[in-house]
Amino acid sequence: MSARGRGRILAALLLAATVAAPLVVPALTVQFATLWVMIILALTWDILGGQMGYNSFGNVVFFGVGMYASAIVQVGLFHDVGAYTAASGTGVYPFTPQQYYVGLALGILAAPIAAVAVAALLGTGMLGLRGHYFAIGTLGLGIAGGEFAASWEYVGGASGFLLPVFPGAYETRALFFYGLCAALGIVTFLVLRRLYAGRFGLALNAIRDDEDKAEALGHHTVRNKVLAWCVSAFFVGLAGAIFGNMNGLIEPREVAFSGATFGVWMVLMALLGGKGTLWGPVIGAIVFHVFKELFWTYLLGWQRVALGLLIVGIVLFFPLGLLGYARERWPSLFGRQAVEGAKR
Amino acid sequence: MTSLLEVRDATKRFGGIVANEGVSLSVREGEIVGLIGPNGSGKTTLFNSIVGHHALDAGSIRFGGREITELRVPQIARLGLLRTFQQTRVFRGMTGIENMLASAPPEGTGLAVMFGRSQPREAARADDLLQFVGLYEKRHLRAGELSFGQQKLLEFAMALMRSPRMLLLDEPTAGINPTLINNLVDRLQRANAELGITLLVIEHNMPVIMRLARRLYCLAHGKILAEGAPEQVQRDPRVLEAYLGAA
Repeated sequence: MSARGRGRILAALLLAATVAAPLVVPALTVQFATLWVMIILALTWDILGGQMGYNSFGNVVFFGVGMYASAIVQVGLFHDVGAYTAASGTGVYPFTPQQYYVGLALGILAAPIAAVAVAALLGTGMLGLRGHYFAIGTLGLGIAGGEFAASWEYVGGASGFLLPVFPGAYETRALFFYGLCAALGIVTFLVLRRLYAGRFGLALNAIRDDEDKAEALGHHTVRNKVLAWCVSAFFVGLAGAIFGNMNGLIEPREVAFSGATFGVWMVLMALLGGKGTLWGPVIGAIVFHVFKELFWTYLLGWQRVALGLLIVGIVLFFPLGLLGYARERWPSLFGRQAVEGAKR
Repeated sequence: MTSLLEVRDATKRFGGIVANEGVSLSVREGEIVGLIGPNGSGKTTLFNSIVGHHALDAGSIRFGGREITELRVPQIARLGLLRTFQQTRVFRGMTGIENMLASAPPEGTGLAVMFGRSQPREAARADDLLQFVGLYEKRHLRAGELSFGQQKLLEFAMALMRSPRMLLLDEPTAGINPTLINNLVDRLQRANAELGITLLVIEHNMPVIMRLARRLYCLAHGKILAEGAPEQVQRDPRVLEAYLGAA
């Protein structure tokens, strides 16, 4: 069977699982939705980290920017944001169902715009840096974002931003956000697959393999790099908007700009699954999320130790990630020629 | 015929070391010109200056009648002046085909172009050129898995991909076996004759450069030592002295 055929079957199975999961195990609906967000974070981290060879530790900024941008729009359309956050949780600023949905829709629209704007600004400044210098430059971005949001009283400061309450039952709410996350995950995957198959993918891979050579051939390298970060930010910003609403409360340091959790996890998931591949981050996110939840449930107190061991294990035994390992081990499964002269 | 590449009084220093001093050379459209000289005489530095890798300290460079002294590498490449590297450089993780397609970056910078797919005619051209250098059978192998000589051929094919007006080749035959050398020289001559690509070639292999070039420049200690027909330059006592290191 061809690699393409296998990919189709895999996709069909996953799609069936996507629809079935919340119906079969409704108690875990929010967990599944979170898994989709993790998949999006891993996929979008891999645009720079895997396909382009630029390790970014700052992508979590776009997550936070998306969250806050959406929240500000959702509330700002109908109330004064400063007064709303000051009176947080007291219920003096109600939303009708119609206001809720209109606000959510426009908030979700605003989030990627804000995130892309930030990426374009940061990228123009930072993506003139090469490789490791860029990676180090991005290290502080998440922390800076968190501190900034925590000290900005207009959006609730350190105590966070409480979002409008979903006008419906808990189960409906879970299913609603699950649907949004799943839809965004699938769209992200398809868009990236399309981009990687064209000139953009070639340009990113060329930069990864030899940036000087790409320049010597006349590539617009900086433009491609900034564009890649903007694509990343677009989807991360969307995911942030949805996740913030699903969570209900935006905490600046622990949720929105959490470099120590989402910021690190997105890197780990891509590495675990196999960076520089389309399916790798997806597989990595699923495996990682399952392990993480098991650790948190059954190894409480030791969960970080277990997670650390998992990381060491990945680096030692699967430096290319699960998919990368499989690809080197069984190349013919992936439609790739292994040795000279072998049949295609 | 007017000159396609015109270097005038190029000087380049690295700290106290003068790598190029008052170097002038010109290459006419359609020519094959050789650049020889002992190790460390500043040949690669001159190439780097021409393609905009670093700025000149003095002098000017014109290409196709246009001042390019201040332009950067990608801009010069887009004008149709490309170089290959002494230490062969290909995109190692990508297949031969992908290397070729990545060598034809889009002309436009609009989103629709940058996010678009490669054109079928680009794919056809990639196939033709891989055939031309004899790598068609290996087009689905990753470039990093090719032999050194094959990588040189691939790099040459990549340079042809965007139909350059002129190629600067830095030791195209260094480190590859004699059979492949003949192959490569033949392809270089055909690229010049059939595709009309002007060539400026750094080469240490004397039989190769004698076969290839119609005119030679010899560089020593950063200065042009001799210039002229290959036989004439080869017999020049100053050139012999520079190579053999007499006083």
